[in-house]
Amino acid sequence: MNAMDKATQWRLLGRTQVEDLVIVPLFAFVAALFLGALVMAATGVDLAVIGQSYVALVKGSVGSLNAVSETLTAAAPLVLAGLGLALGFRAGLFNIGAEGQVVMGGLAAVVAGVALGDFPAIVALPGALLAGALTGAFYAGIAGWLRAVTGAHEVISTIMLNLISYRLLDYLLRTPLIQKEGRADPISKSVPDAAELPRLLTFIDANLRVHAGIFLTLAMVAVAYWLLFRSKLGFEFRAAGENAVAARFAGMNASLTIILAMAIAGALAGLAGANQTLGVLDRATPGFSAGIGFDAIAVALMGRSHPVGVLLAGLLFGALEAGGRQMQVDAGVSIDLIAIIQSLIIVFIAAPLLVKALFPWGFRREGSG
Amino acid sequence: MKHPGLKSSLATIIAALGLAAASPAMSFTACQVTDTGGIDDNSFNQTAWKGVQDAQDAFGVEGRFLESQAETDYDANINSLIEGDCDVIITVGFLLGDATEKAAKANPDQPFSIVDFAYDPVIPNVLGQVYATNQAAFLAGYLAAGMTQTKILGTFGGINIPPVTIFMDGFVKGANHWNAEKGDSVMVLGWDLETREGLFTNNFDNLDDGRAFAQNLYDEGADIVLPVAGPVGLGSATLADELGIDRLKIIGVDADLYFTDTERQHVYLTSITKRMDATVAQVIEATMKGEFEGGLLVGTLENGGVDLAPLHDMEDLVPDELKAELEALRAGIIDGSIKVSD
Repeated sequence: MNAMDKATQWRLLGRTQVEDLVIVPLFAFVAALFLGALVMAATGVDLAVIGQSYVALVKGSVGSLNAVSETLTAAAPLVLAGLGLALGFRAGLFNIGAEGQVVMGGLAAVVAGVALGDFPAIVALPGALLAGALTGAFYAGIAGWLRAVTGAHEVISTIMLNLISYRLLDYLLRTPLIQKEGRADPISKSVPDAAELPRLLTFIDANLRVHAGIFLTLAMVAVAYWLLFRSKLGFEFRAAGENAVAARFAGMNASLTIILAMAIAGALAGLAGANQTLGVLDRATPGFSAGIGFDAIAVALMGRSHPVGVLLAGLLFGALEAGGRQMQVDAGVSIDLIAIIQSLIIVFIAAPLLVKALFPWGFRREGSG
Repeated sequence: MKHPGLKSSLATIIAALGLAAASPAMSFTACQVTDTGGIDDNSFNQTAWKGVQDAQDAFGVEGRFLESQAETDYDANINSLIEGDCDVIITVGFLLGDATEKAAKANPDQPFSIVDFAYDPVIPNVLGQVYATNQAAFLAGYLAAGMTQTKILGTFGGINIPPVTIFMDGFVKGANHWNAEKGDSVMVLGWDLETREGLFTNNFDNLDDGRAFAQNLYDEGADIVLPVAGPVGLGSATLADELGIDRLKIIGVDADLYFTDTERQHVYLTSITKRMDATVAQVIEATMKGEFEGGLLVGTLENGGVDLAPLHDMEDLVPDELKAELEALRAGIIDGSIKVSD
């Protein structure tokens, strides 16, 4: 290993990565806000209201303790599921199934939490989280196994597994073991206190929803980073993703790599589901996944499948969600508009060359570095 | 909370400052949180929002709304309204029951009103608005049983929760009443009074489901379908529009869909209206006058809280005899001589 490699190895991010992870998204964000303003103007929103709505976006995402709390609450599951997807992408697996894994993981966490409710929190909470992670891993593992053994493409099988998970959730929520007593509609029992991810700031204000899931999220960012860039398994994932044939000739077990990569991705998505049911909702209902698994695809892509990038992208998406709510309250702008701005950001991020062409001064010229 | 005294005295000072600043024209803000159907669902949320708009026109209050896109939004949406100085927060839908209870207990000075949920015991700062929709649905069931050619009616719901199934209860009982009176054998598919099971889409937003469920019922012979699922029913109306009203008619719920779904107004035999607009406006007025009280507000046929909408374009199709029987039924339900629930 030469001196140059050594120097970059000890830094988390190189110069190119900074451009990829920070500068491109930043400019993409600015361009999207500008286009978003044009869309608003085109739909007959006054200039003053547009300004007011962007002020509300900032205010609602970072402008107060409650805003920060909401941003973190919304970001945590996106980061967790996004980390899983990022691992899959690195291994060359385009996993569309995070949504189904979130559903199954979240439900399993509730079931385990209810079952462990009489134990102290030190047993009940880890038990419920573990159940969520294992169920997510198992559910994603099905798609990995199908791919490894039969060659069935994971895009198709994970999409189908998503659809199955919705119906399975509807069904399971109405079974006597899971359904809340005295209700006829699909709704699970409430998670007992011992298995809940405790809220962190209720001593300041009972309305602050940020919960211990953010520590779990940060820990998983570190684990994913270590796994991907410091472990043998992560090297195998990346090798399989770069060139599956070469990896096989190098003596790596391709089937096992695929199944493991899917299972770990599923475990992280399952944790995202557990994070929602144990930390935010205190129960499972139809649709509790709320599209997190799909938004997380955008988060993983925006984060360039790098754990730190996923963290930043997840925070941005969380901020957009929390701020978008405030845009509705303060300026009466439709929630659909936030979806448009999010989509525009993704379009720009997915096309870094476009961003570089629009904002040439932000980047090193080709070949000068 | 460690220093309740400090917090409440601060609140008093802030309130006093606010009053001083806004003195002559004190503004009143009514805020609404929708469920996942959205504010423009042509029925449930839209009707409740119309109540706020009516109050805007009548009393000059300010109105705001927040749409919930998913169940995860309920807590967060109510929370962000608590920050936004609302004089009354109106949450729309049974599914917001738990979130509203949580927020109301954490913020005991904030008046709340919830549509479709009754708390037992009563929470002092929440006024529940519930509706005896089975009374109007009973009339609709009788009417539909009198109109069907195939002797088969269909219904399906959004989610198996009381404010949905109460429509289906009334509808089935109304059809049964027709059978008992006329010695007929009209069947209602999609809801079983005994087992309390039936057809449910398990959502309130998927129009495709509305189409598919209506198609299934039509395939089983139903020629009049009652979808009780907010905007989902619009999908059923589209199918009826394509098939033609000779083969399939739809009964609307919540609002008079003849007026809210003008594109497909010809497919609606009638609508079972649930006048959330009236009760919401009433709650806002009471809160403005400082007469807000937690408890329960029940809409019935008698007080106009629920009703059967006019027949509009179907007026000529319905025999006069049947219309007269419906009038008699209505009177019977109001005076209690006809029981719509057990």
